[in-house]
Amino acid sequence: LPAAALQTPDIFATGSWDNEDNRISIWSAGDLGNAGLNGEYHGEPHLLCDIQHNGDVMDMQFLDQERIVVASSTGTVTIFRHHQNNQTLSANHRWEKAHYHVDQDTSCGGAACTGVVCNNPEIVTVGEDGRINLFRADQKDAVRTIDNADSSTLHAVTFLRTTEILTVNSIGQLKIWDLRQQRNEPSQIFSLAGDRVPLHCVDRHPNQQHIVATGGQDGMLSIWDIRQGTMPVSLLNAHEAEMWEVHFHPSDPDHLFTCSEDGSLWHWDTSTNVSEKPSFLHQGGRSTAYLSHSTINQSVVSAWLSNDPTKDRMEITNLIPNQTLSVNSLDVLGPCLVYGTDAEAIYVNRQLFA
Amino acid sequence: TGAPLTDPVPPQVVPGADSSARQLCFAWGPAEVLVCETLFGRAGGCRSRGFSRSPCPSRFWREGGAGAAALALTGSFAGTEDGAPSSSRVFVVRRDQDIYIQALRKLFNESHGIFMGLQRSEEELAGKSRKAQLVQVSKNYRSVIRACMEDMHQAAVSTRDPALQGQYSTQVSILSAMELIWNLCEILFVEAATAGPLLLRLLDWVRLHVCDVDSMVREVLSSESPSKHELFWNVVDVFVLQGRMDEARHLLSKEASANPISMNMYKILDDLMKKMPVPSLSNTHTLTELELKWQHWHEECQRYLQDGTFASNPHMESICKILLGDEDAILEKKELMTTWYHFLVTRLLYSHPTVKPMELRFYAQSSMDLFLGRESSPEPLDMILMAAFEFEMHQVIKECSIVLSNWWFVAHLTDLLDHCKLLQSHNLYFGSNMREFLLLEYASGLFSHHSLWQLGVDYFDHCPEYGRVYLELHIERIPLSTEQKALKVLRICEQRQMHEQVRSICKIMAMKALRNNRLGSALSWSIRAKDAAFATLISDRFLKDYCERGCFSDLDLIDNLGPSMLLSDRLTFLGKYREFHRLYGEKRFLEAARLLLTLMTAHIAPCSFWMTLLTDALPLLEQKEVIFSAEQTYELMRCLEDLTAGNSDKQKIQDDDIETTKVEMLRLALARNLARVIVKEGTVEGS
Repeated sequence: LPAAALQTPDIFATGSWDNEDNRISIWSAGDLGNAGLNGEYHGEPHLLCDIQHNGDVMDMQFLDQERIVVASSTGTVTIFRHHQNNQTLSANHRWEKAHYHVDQDTSCGGAACTGVVCNNPEIVTVGEDGRINLFRADQKDAVRTIDNADSSTLHAVTFLRTTEILTVNSIGQLKIWDLRQQRNEPSQIFSLAGDRVPLHCVDRHPNQQHIVATGGQDGMLSIWDIRQGTMPVSLLNAHEAEMWEVHFHPSDPDHLFTCSEDGSLWHWDTSTNVSEKPSFLHQGGRSTAYLSHSTINQSVVSAWLSNDPTKDRMEITNLIPNQTLSVNSLDVLGPCLVYGTDAEAIYVNRQLFA
Repeated sequence: TGAPLTDPVPPQVVPGADSSARQLCFAWGPAEVLVCETLFGRAGGCRSRGFSRSPCPSRFWREGGAGAAALALTGSFAGTEDGAPSSSRVFVVRRDQDIYIQALRKLFNESHGIFMGLQRSEEELAGKSRKAQLVQVSKNYRSVIRACMEDMHQAAVSTRDPALQGQYSTQVSILSAMELIWNLCEILFVEAATAGPLLLRLLDWVRLHVCDVDSMVREVLSSESPSKHELFWNVVDVFVLQGRMDEARHLLSKEASANPISMNMYKILDDLMKKMPVPSLSNTHTLTELELKWQHWHEECQRYLQDGTFASNPHMESICKILLGDEDAILEKKELMTTWYHFLVTRLLYSHPTVKPMELRFYAQSSMDLFLGRESSPEPLDMILMAAFEFEMHQVIKECSIVLSNWWFVAHLTDLLDHCKLLQSHNLYFGSNMREFLLLEYASGLFSHHSLWQLGVDYFDHCPEYGRVYLELHIERIPLSTEQKALKVLRICEQRQMHEQVRSICKIMAMKALRNNRLGSALSWSIRAKDAAFATLISDRFLKDYCERGCFSDLDLIDNLGPSMLLSDRLTFLGKYREFHRLYGEKRFLEAARLLLTLMTAHIAPCSFWMTLLTDALPLLEQKEVIFSAEQTYELMRCLEDLTAGNSDKQKIQDDDIETTKVEMLRLALARNLARVIVKEGTVEGS
């Protein structure tokens, strides 16, 4: 049921997919003050309000405290406003058919908008039509549109810096776009060598902006250093099926979370100093060439770039044992983790580091 | 309508289809039936079966059994033929209507998890722990039913629409009946309780499900002085009838303290109730021990009744009679028991506490007869419970399939019983076995739902014989609205090595992309499907676009083809041709020239494209320094001659001016290049 989940400190929003009648819902994660230190927590998350949404919810993100940007499979991008005083949702602004095939005016021309990212007031969306749109929350028309930015489907987008964005596509490429430049070309292209495995998600390290994580169709987690090379620094065998989302913990970036079609949700932890941990990872073969660069200055370089097999410091835990249906979405903030699955359930985990 | 286990299925009417005026025809689909009106009148030809009018058979249950059809939507009007006066309609009839109830989605999703857990838990444990595990699974199923029931109840209470409210409360009653049946099956089949514990389980069962009296109990208990309440004795009776001795004694003690005169009488009754021997779960007493004790206690009760200890108080006298298992005394409390199975359990409690499972059927039958009397006949629920008491498992499942409006119940129950190894002996005349048959039906229902189809996949996986075929048929019918959904479906197929379906999904997606002019996406999809023919088609589109526009689109894709380039010859050519352009752009002329020549001599390029390739060679021939060697120039010349020779045969007439000019120019350029190269090579060799 839920396609996406994200949160501000005490509420989170979800969107559904593959229903005849899809909905955007706002949930209260419960009063965090009540969460006892002993790990016992009694409050159930409860529904505050919801609103009908046209098409599958493909992606969503909070623009600010009360506005949510939602990407639809119909190609429409909508801003919903959550009125906190009377707990209602309303459509605040809508860009109809921001993504489209062939012709914007024909009735069936909408193409699914697959990813959205906001940096108030700017909103960037990408879609199956390979188009990149830049919106401003207060402007009626798109500020900038790059038609045919990609020949294949763009799956996800994130901000690298305020003027630069990163996109991943279905032929295993990671592209950097500089929105200041008028050229409709990416400023840099990175790609997985050879096998062209589609990438489904991308996230940037919150503090060290050159570190980027992506997840692919084969469940592989790739860590990229965008300062050097055109290939990933390391490839980590992870899930058995499509990795749908990857997120660095926003305030504790030694932790990374990934979820996948195979029904698992993994917590990657590089903060532990226990070396010689038995590990079920293997290092991507072609990454070794780059390690020599990054190992020069161990103390400064993030753990994400220095994980060579001999002193592997990463600890990985699967947070959902025995789940069979896909985990479509996750978000993490502070001690909270929210994820939604195809078993039509949403889970909230409040003691991430307990 | 093809119910699985019975012949005489109550016929159902398809609303709106007038079978009296016209003959109906129908076609089976995997999850639904198409019914349409034909042009034939009632009289001619053979009658269509199935959808004839008859009175609605079910009273307690909602209209429509699982095997029966229920109208889900009426189709559009089909066109009339030959100016026929009225239009024919096509109906889409779906089988499992409960699938579409929003509030039951939780049930389907949660039980899917339990089901999967059960399939995974195969056989590692033996004996007792295995049984405990199965009982736990059964309890999990029941708690999901109860949770759904509560949700539904909440919904019924909170809604203001009376029609909706009615719908919800019907659902609640169906769910509670399902839970009642399941619980009994759990006691009798899954746990297979033995004499002694059996009675305790049945008591729990009755206490849990006969809750009509609960409100009365609450009212009395919450009143200021319960003993003065007019329903006081009713409540005491309820407690006694359900074997809740401690609660009954507690109430009685209140009455006793308010009534010091009859203190002695209360004391004796209290003592009797306290001393009543009950079977224990911990098996500290043997059955014979218990029987002895019980006999002793029974005689004591008998004594007090006969010497008229309770004669002054009719309430207490009747309680004493109940303790003695006096059927008439118990039957007098019919109103408090509400159901015959409550009567059965009470009767067992006070007259046959050590009843063995196999003796149940006799008591059950006579209890039902006694309780219902002559005026009312048993309802479907009664028949199902009776079948369970008779240990007729198949009868239970059969009746449930007929009477319930969903496959969920029978499918999951049968699966559980099958895991208890209780159904092995039974074979159907068709399909594989009953478990699989029911699971297939249920999963087919899930697949017809817009959002629940993903659950169905796992059910099919656990049907060893026909599951895969069903899955193959159903998965092709999932509408692929977005790429993400397509990827999910594709993953399902790939995990199960369903190559045919993988190909068809990729092809659909590629076609879609092609229609939307997304050549890059289309090519990606056909590469994923390893569909050479389609890749060729798309490559041709790319080349055509190039010829028309003079530049390539989707460079990021073509430059990154990698090994997938080898999928089709045309794709290889496309990749190589693009490589030529790149080399040329990077001014690596020698390599570019070599590549260009290989494309023709190795016959990678399609003949229709040779002219373009040769034209591409022109600027190379005109470069300041010599690029093509003498040998290479000869080969180029031969290519040109092959091309013109082939052309002159077929399309001499079409030879237009531009073509001839091109050929002339090429010839000139080749000749000049040859001249230069001879000079150059001559000088190099000479020096």
